Amino acid sequence: MAKKRGMNERIQKLRELSVTTPVHIDLERAKIETDFYKENDGKYSIPVMRSMVLKEYFSKKTLYLGDGELIVGEKGRDPQASPTFPELCCHSVEDMTVMSERKLVSFHTTEVDRKLQAEEIIPYWTGRSMREKILARMTPEWHECYSAGMFTEFMEQRGPGHTCGGEQVFTTGYMDYKEKIKKTMDELDYINDPDAVNKCEELKAMDISCDAVIILGERYHKLALEMAEKEQDETRKAELLQIAANLEVVPAHKPQTYWQAIQLYWFTHLAVTTELNPWDAFSPGRLDQHLNPYYERDVEAGILDDEKALELLECLWVKFYNQPAPVKVGITLKESATYTDFANINTGGVTPDGRNGVNNVSYLILDCMDEMKLVQPNSNVTISKKTPAKFLKRACEVSREGWGQPAFYNTEAQIMELINAGKKLEDARRGGSSGCVETGAWGSEAYILTGYLNIPKVFQLTLFNGFDQYSGKQIGLKLGYAKDFKTYDELWDAFKKQLAYIIDIKIRGNNVIEQLYAQEMPAPCLSVVTNDCISNAKDYNAGGARYNTNYIQGVGIGTITDCLAAIKYNVYDNQNFTMEELIEAMEHDFEGYDAIYRMVHDKTPKYGNDDDYADDIMQEVFELYRSSITGRPNMKGGKYGVDMLPTTCHVYFGDVILATPNGRKAHKPVSEGISPEKSADTNGPTAVIKSCAKMDHLATAGTLLNQKFTPDVVAGEEGLDHMASLIRSYFSMDGHHIQFNVIDKQTLIDAQNNPEEYKDLIVRVAGYSDFFRNLSKPLQDEIIERTEQSFN
Amino acid sequence: MKNITNIQKFSIHDGDGIRTSVFFKGCPLRCEWCHNPETQRYEREIQYDPDKCTGCGACVKACPNQAILLKDGKPVTDRSACTLCGRCEIFCPAGIRETVGREYTVKALVKELMKDQIFYEDSGGGVTLSGGEAMMMDMEYLLAVAKELKRQDVSLTIDTCGYVPYEKFQAILPYVDTFLYDVKVMDPELHKRYIGADNKLILENLVRLAGDGARIYIRIPVIREVNGNEKNMKETIAFLKEHDIHPPQINLLPYHDTGSGKYPKLDMEYKGTDLHAPEKAEMEEFVRLFQEAGFANTKIGG
Repeated sequence: MAKKRGMNERIQKLRELSVTTPVHIDLERAKIETDFYKENDGKYSIPVMRSMVLKEYFSKKTLYLGDGELIVGEKGRDPQASPTFPELCCHSVEDMTVMSERKLVSFHTTEVDRKLQAEEIIPYWTGRSMREKILARMTPEWHECYSAGMFTEFMEQRGPGHTCGGEQVFTTGYMDYKEKIKKTMDELDYINDPDAVNKCEELKAMDISCDAVIILGERYHKLALEMAEKEQDETRKAELLQIAANLEVVPAHKPQTYWQAIQLYWFTHLAVTTELNPWDAFSPGRLDQHLNPYYERDVEAGILDDEKALELLECLWVKFYNQPAPVKVGITLKESATYTDFANINTGGVTPDGRNGVNNVSYLILDCMDEMKLVQPNSNVTISKKTPAKFLKRACEVSREGWGQPAFYNTEAQIMELINAGKKLEDARRGGSSGCVETGAWGSEAYILTGYLNIPKVFQLTLFNGFDQYSGKQIGLKLGYAKDFKTYDELWDAFKKQLAYIIDIKIRGNNVIEQLYAQEMPAPCLSVVTNDCISNAKDYNAGGARYNTNYIQGVGIGTITDCLAAIKYNVYDNQNFTMEELIEAMEHDFEGYDAIYRMVHDKTPKYGNDDDYADDIMQEVFELYRSSITGRPNMKGGKYGVDMLPTTCHVYFGDVILATPNGRKAHKPVSEGISPEKSADTNGPTAVIKSCAKMDHLATAGTLLNQKFTPDVVAGEEGLDHMASLIRSYFSMDGHHIQFNVIDKQTLIDAQNNPEEYKDLIVRVAGYSDFFRNLSKPLQDEIIERTEQSFN
Repeated sequence: MKNITNIQKFSIHDGDGIRTSVFFKGCPLRCEWCHNPETQRYEREIQYDPDKCTGCGACVKACPNQAILLKDGKPVTDRSACTLCGRCEIFCPAGIRETVGREYTVKALVKELMKDQIFYEDSGGGVTLSGGEAMMMDMEYLLAVAKELKRQDVSLTIDTCGYVPYEKFQAILPYVDTFLYDVKVMDPELHKRYIGADNKLILENLVRLAGDGARIYIRIPVIREVNGNEKNMKETIAFLKEHDIHPPQINLLPYHDTGSGKYPKLDMEYKGTDLHAPEKAEMEEFVRLFQEAGFANTKIGG
């Protein structure tokens, strides 16, 4: 059995409690909110109402201060409690039962919960939830695409968010924010500004949400004092008194110590993630750089050493792990089947003035992730040309243990991507990747993921005159059947038109949803901590942030490339068989069509082998996708960009596509991120990296590349050097991100057959790591089958 | 003679750093334990797996030269009529026919090798020419490749059995950073028996090459029945000392039989079925012998 993780007994106990407590639904928030709405709806403006809900919850919620804790605060009543957000998605009683009984990513609900939901929550929120409002306003075309798996919709159950805190989150107390809000309020121009009244309401709301956070701090302060008074153990008593002393400073005022800085962040994290249910929770961004000034000052003053600094980080790690991502159902669950809430910590990088950003806290964070081995927070490193080899190698050392963390991001690529999207240099340097791999100017940008787009399925529609074999419906344009395209160019042209058509349906829907959120579901607390929302007197969800970007994430670039290559190579270039023969083989899932299957599956140039025949096609598809989306206006005054990442959506998207021309069988996952189709890459990791680097990463807002190694490839000092070389080389070719699964196939097969014996086995899924046992069978199969990059 | 069976990227056990290894086809020796039998003969050939063949006849139909006939339900290839065009390979539904050996022009080969330049630069790697026996290939061709790599500043390593005329080494030496030089067994009789040739030329060449200033890693495939004993290791050490050869690295490579499955596909017989790898402790003992003799950088594996 694995050893107990945690640097000391305190952390071991806290971690143990966190990982062994079942995830459970906590309706306290929903109940308090519903009661408040029943009494007050219509009395206040929408933003003020939203902030008052947060204040009400923080004033009344059950507090939790666990034994041994040094950082305090929970979203719900206790660890692994998951509040619900009926204003976004009001679960039916059946949902409540299914979520409790389903095998994977389950959320325990009780009879009492279901009764409360049925009698109080559902009657009030029916017809009022964002999910219902959104679905009611979508066009029939949108609904058909959505249910056929052409794309997904992120805002259907969760709010927009996708952002990280900037340095202000570590240097500003909520009284300071209030001051700033007051100043903007005083300067409102009611004579000339037609928007002044709305601005005033938004500012009032921001001010109330500051009060909410301050109240939570005060309540914990009081609780800590009370507990200290009763505490018999002198050591713990002193700790509780210190916690109380910290809470006299934060969150109201700016922190004075390292400990307080972490505590301040944690209250902000709780506030942002309970105000609404934003995608990807919230993240501390460049935690190492934000904490370092406090670390240095405290060490100098003799009140902190590395051991204590590490212990506080480990306490924070437990806090992250205590908060599962709020419950998802339906397609949203399929696209993101995980408890992980994607709080993403990027360590390393550069400072805002462009110097090497690695400091002592950076190494402590690596030690912390190595010791804790928790899938939340998603702990990663960002490697710049200036990053010392020592840091890179230490990160490789942690990563090769085989649980996928840290993943590696390319600092210079992130900066270039941000500048390419119009950010100022210093804002770009403060930015990085959050969620899975998506880039943003941390602290100053709303960068909203709006949904995944199933690129291979668009191509399938192209082959069947716009008809979807899976749903049995005419979904795309009628542009002809595969056999009608006499040349590759004709086929390409039809694909191009289908893609444009589907993207337009998605963006039209996005525009409506974006406006709905701007008008009906503001996020005043998130606005407080995001640069320029206060000075613009405008909400985060309405375009108040300094930068406002929307993304549509492309899925299946490997699969679509191989499909096009299979047809171009075998049908048009070499006449190995006809299009009719290929379609016939596909319609039979290649059963009984072995020769054609071998040709398309094994004897055709494929993406991932540094072969320009296939890689040129990948570049064309990528450029088509990029140019169809990037630069289009969103509703917040910003623009669209693209990411190439899947979370778990490649499994869902594959499930809704029958056999494809590249020999992929019906319902099998499509390729994930920008990784090659599985078992298509047969020339080793350097060839994969070269192929992937042919995509113009700098024109994206993030790409995801998975590499799996067996342990022997990365063993020893030489193994570390090879890993570091692969990373440096990929990054010098502008690659955005690479992550490693270091595990042998047999171990995974064994783990699949004996899940009980491998409870601790963590693998990299896509932009995040998860317990292998938590993954669905197809996803497990897919990870097993991802080409093992072991040679010699 | 310049057929290539495989170009292996991310080759991390054939010299320093991340390398691309080129396996040439054809070898003057016949080591019983050879794990790359497809690199023994110099000519291109078709290999197929008789065990997995269903006898469907797709190859017979695909062949434009009528070189394949079905005999007792299995395809038989008339090698005199076969042009190695590869059509049978494309149309084999079981995917078990494969043409072994391909010619590259100098330009095409160098282009392929340059693909991983960026990895060579960061890792201190480069290109390794191996085989078969790279040094048995067309010398003009080999020199052209070596010169082009030198011009591009790519480090070149040559993996050799040493059983070639010394003039060839002399010609290529200016373009080579490191030789991986096999010293298999010191006893000439055993050498003849298991390898098919005397070791005189190999040892002479080693001495001359070292004398001419080449950087040499000594590689010893260790097989219990052939050379996996203290006597042979001590003789090897004595030889190196006697001739004042100081390899910066010595690799003891334990025998493995992963290549034995390839033989039937090539219509060849694996003769090494009775061979064994030494125990790990024995291997460690051999390493110790070398290290105590002053060859500090001796290790197990490549």
